[in-house]
Amino acid sequence: MKVEEKRAREDRAPEMGSPVVARPPLAVRIGPFSAAVERRGAVAAVVLAAVAAVLAFVGLCRGDAWDAPGEVIAALAGHGDAAFVVQEWRLPRVTAALAFGAALGAAGAVFQNLTRNPLGSPDVIGLDAGAYTGALVALTVLSGTSVQLAVGSVAGGLAAAVVVYLLSLGSGLGGLRLVVIGIAVNAMLTALNSWIVLRAELEVAMAAVGWSAGSLNGIGWEDLRLPLAILAALAVLLAALARPMHQVAVGDDLAVTSGVRLSGYRPLVVLAGVGCTATVTAVAGPVVFIALAAPQIGRRLAGAAGVPLLPAALTGAVLLLVADLTAQTVLAPVALPVGAVTTVVGGGYLLWLLVREVRR
Amino acid sequence: MRTEPPRTALLFGVLVLLLAAAVASLAVGTRTVPPAEVWRALTDAPPGDGTTLAHHLVIREVRLPRTVIGVLVGAALAVSGALMQTLTRNALAEPGVLGVTGGAGFAVTLGAVAGLAGSQAAQLGLATLGALLAALLVYAVGRASPLRLVLAGTALGFVLAGFSLALRMTLPDVFDTYRFWVVGSLAGREQVPYLLPLLVIVAGLAGALLAARPLQALGLGTEVARTLGSRVRRTRITVLVLITVLAGAATALAGPIAFLGLMVPHLARRLAGGSVRLLLGLCMVLGPLVLLTADVAARLLLPTGEVPVAVVTAFLGGPVLIWAVRRYGAVTL
Repeated sequence: MKVEEKRAREDRAPEMGSPVVARPPLAVRIGPFSAAVERRGAVAAVVLAAVAAVLAFVGLCRGDAWDAPGEVIAALAGHGDAAFVVQEWRLPRVTAALAFGAALGAAGAVFQNLTRNPLGSPDVIGLDAGAYTGALVALTVLSGTSVQLAVGSVAGGLAAAVVVYLLSLGSGLGGLRLVVIGIAVNAMLTALNSWIVLRAELEVAMAAVGWSAGSLNGIGWEDLRLPLAILAALAVLLAALARPMHQVAVGDDLAVTSGVRLSGYRPLVVLAGVGCTATVTAVAGPVVFIALAAPQIGRRLAGAAGVPLLPAALTGAVLLLVADLTAQTVLAPVALPVGAVTTVVGGGYLLWLLVREVRR
Repeated sequence: MRTEPPRTALLFGVLVLLLAAAVASLAVGTRTVPPAEVWRALTDAPPGDGTTLAHHLVIREVRLPRTVIGVLVGAALAVSGALMQTLTRNALAEPGVLGVTGGAGFAVTLGAVAGLAGSQAAQLGLATLGALLAALLVYAVGRASPLRLVLAGTALGFVLAGFSLALRMTLPDVFDTYRFWVVGSLAGREQVPYLLPLLVIVAGLAGALLAARPLQALGLGTEVARTLGSRVRRTRITVLVLITVLAGAATALAGPIAFLGLMVPHLARRLAGGSVRLLLGLCMVLGPLVLLTADVAARLLLPTGEVPVAVVTAFLGGPVLIWAVRRYGAVTL
């Protein structure tokens, strides 16, 4: 409801001279550095981070039988019977959910800003499927080391992005046309992926099928080291790109006049977005919906005008944790791949988005 | 004004191609049989000798039913797509892309899990009901905008795929039997009773030809159609029923196969000029031609076993969707 009230206020504000005056941004100074922080955005970020922390702790407690919070804290410190299970099994999974959710949310924000379209997220327009094709090729043709998987999936995701971009040239980046072309590319790549899986040897194919839905089952620290390092590097890159991204989101002309070099900015930001998606896909398979929904939800929570990165990333982390907890719990003892949950919810969300757009 | 292509020559040409595809579908597979032997298998009584007998059995008991199913499913999907495109004047409309076949497949799967899909009639009923519900839902969400309809269909596909996956993980035994309702395939369907859906498809195709004239009048606009004495409402409802019954029966036979109903009508429209009846007639020949060709390719793509035919049609159909979006975009036909 809060969202609707807010929108109503926004709609009214310009022509009626609404009495609601936005409070001035908070000035934060640390030594020689200073930054202007929007109050509502800052509050939303703190709240989201707190929710993510609580959910992460719940995730650490969750097993076939729930562990008491005290035991889990002791286990984290390395004491008690549960230490191995918590540190080696649950902690990597929860870390993965947090980091991957944040990466997917940020990737979604990047592409939604780039296409200026809430539907232009990497999972809808086939970049996940392309990254998955790259990973499958690395797995079946090459030997499938984690470096090959990472490089293969990034290459696949970039190739898909280039193909979608080239095919929608002349119709503009925005609009539904790019999205539908992305859907067609997605369908072809999905077909290609299932062919590769069927053609591969059986053991490889079995591993890939569980993975093709997007799953965090059985993730360990050894799977995470390289991806986490890559994601950390991409986070730094995205933080540096955040300001030009918002300038570009307002309009190309405005961005150029306010000092953004578009030719340098675009390839970098695409690389960062595809890198985030592809790194997650290489480890967990294509997990849809987070990139689609997190930026929009985060944006509403933060009350921001564009599609900001930080709320998107934090919301993504919360969403993936919730989805993973649901996937483990809803049909227990069967552990669903988290992708099954996100696919259902994501499809429903997409339908709702369309219904709302029609009503407007 | 383009000159009408010589119709008889055109129909004759595509029929010859279809015949060639049917022969290939009978001859090609793990055990490839020369065409002459195929002919003998179809006409002569089974011989006593070992390998020849095996050939004859494969052709008569497996490949012949498979080819017949392929012909009718191809015709049903293509005609369903053509009717949908003509009725909604939407170049991107197609039972697969708009989630109608997906809905039909999911309804059969759900029925199977609930123990309802035992008989042919039950499967057919479930599939048609699922197709109808999916069509109404997608149309309610997407309204008249072609691009939005595609998105709504894709979104529905997402939801159904997620539920299917959850079902597959929880009930592996039940689901194994019904796996082809997730990804459409012509393989392994010969052993299942298929007479009733085939008859329904034949009736649906005949109905489509009868509905061609009022549909053509409707294509001129509602007002003009009324002036010409066409009963607009009745035509619309009839065509909607035909679309769902054809798509539902095809799905009950072979599972959801996307993109066939998109590719074939576009191809047929180039050949048919403006005539709806010729368009539908051509779809009935070109649909089977494309599906049988894709099915033969599906058998050759893997060293052992075969790819589900829906995978092949998706790969072929993706480019057609891209072309159609670029060519027509959001405009109506």
